Amino acid sequence: MKEKDTRFRLLDALYIALMILPLVACMVLKILTTPGGEGISITGAQIYLTIPMPLMDLTITSSQITSWAVMLSILGLCLYLTHGLTVRPGSKRQLVAEWAVEQVNKLVSENMGQRFMAFAPFVAAIMLLSAFSSLTSLIGLFPPTSDMNVVAGWAILVFILITHYKLKGGFWPYFKGFFEPVPIFAPFNIIGEIATPVSMSFRHYGNVLSGVVISTLVAYALRSLSHMLFSFLGNFTILQIGLPAVLSIYFDIFSGLMQAFIFAMLTMLYIATGFPEEEYERRKAKKAKATLPAA
Amino acid sequence: MIELAIGIILAGCGIGAGLALIAGIGPGIGEGNAVARACEAIGRQPESRGAVTSTMIMGCAIAETTGLYGLVIGILLIFVAPGIFVNTLKTAMEGWAHAFH
Repeated sequence: MKEKDTRFRLLDALYIALMILPLVACMVLKILTTPGGEGISITGAQIYLTIPMPLMDLTITSSQITSWAVMLSILGLCLYLTHGLTVRPGSKRQLVAEWAVEQVNKLVSENMGQRFMAFAPFVAAIMLLSAFSSLTSLIGLFPPTSDMNVVAGWAILVFILITHYKLKGGFWPYFKGFFEPVPIFAPFNIIGEIATPVSMSFRHYGNVLSGVVISTLVAYALRSLSHMLFSFLGNFTILQIGLPAVLSIYFDIFSGLMQAFIFAMLTMLYIATGFPEEEYERRKAKKAKATLPAA
Repeated sequence: MIELAIGIILAGCGIGAGLALIAGIGPGIGEGNAVARACEAIGRQPESRGAVTSTMIMGCAIAETTGLYGLVIGILLIFVAPGIFVNTLKTAMEGWAHAFH
């Protein structure tokens, strides 16, 4: 029993380390690679490595590194929360894990219906990844969600899922859907279809990026102001301590979590409303009828 | 000569970014309307506060999208477009210089 206890604690420590260490490594990497200088600059993701590829060079940027770190961190969190599950909830962390799973299941069953219950892990994963990626700006990292490429990747993934579920009703009804209500509307329908991933990615990326830009500008303004008002302090900019954190409550915490929720919500709604339920049932019944006499 | 051209490019990008952010008017009016209606609804039925608030925040965030399109265009015009245009201009000038000599 005692040996198991030490092993349990050791694994716990390992999981907590897995939660924290990737982010710390990212911070160290950022501190080591950020070029020094006085001025505040607004730049995109830093390129760490360029791998030559036949069509186009593959660049490993800070947004990719940070999102990998966030994934590892979420993995550590999940392993920690589900470590040592018992039938009777014995620990606080099990209660937290059960609460989270229940909430996500409730959200999915409310918005998508019982048919799509298998989507709950996907929705939870996208929500957590988005939320944690936006929150990394709190520890001074470049938030991956303020990079268009990361969010566009998620949006394309969701778009493929939406199209897959629209095609469940057969190719012909999907194709015919573009020519409704009248055939002249076809170009608009096609643009509307393409606009789905574009608007999803722009919404998320624009919200987080605007927060980053405004926070940087305010920090810069406060620096200039404290140079002007408290010039006797020299290079010590007193106004920059604490005041930018007030903005961070809205731009980093509220806006980031809100966008994560909206991204997951839109994913669920688009998939569930695009799914042609009647067509699918009819096709299923037809297929069952066709295979029944043969069997 | 090239300085003048670069100046015109920068001025155009700046003016364009400013014009793009006019897009912020629409979501402002729309979200104001949404919040006003939500307040009315809560005033009429105070017990439905939670549902109304969450729906309103969701709707506001979606209405914000058009404004964010303008913001993205503005950011692209300020941070990305000048570099691209100036580089294109410089390579074009070099090409002309080679062609004439």
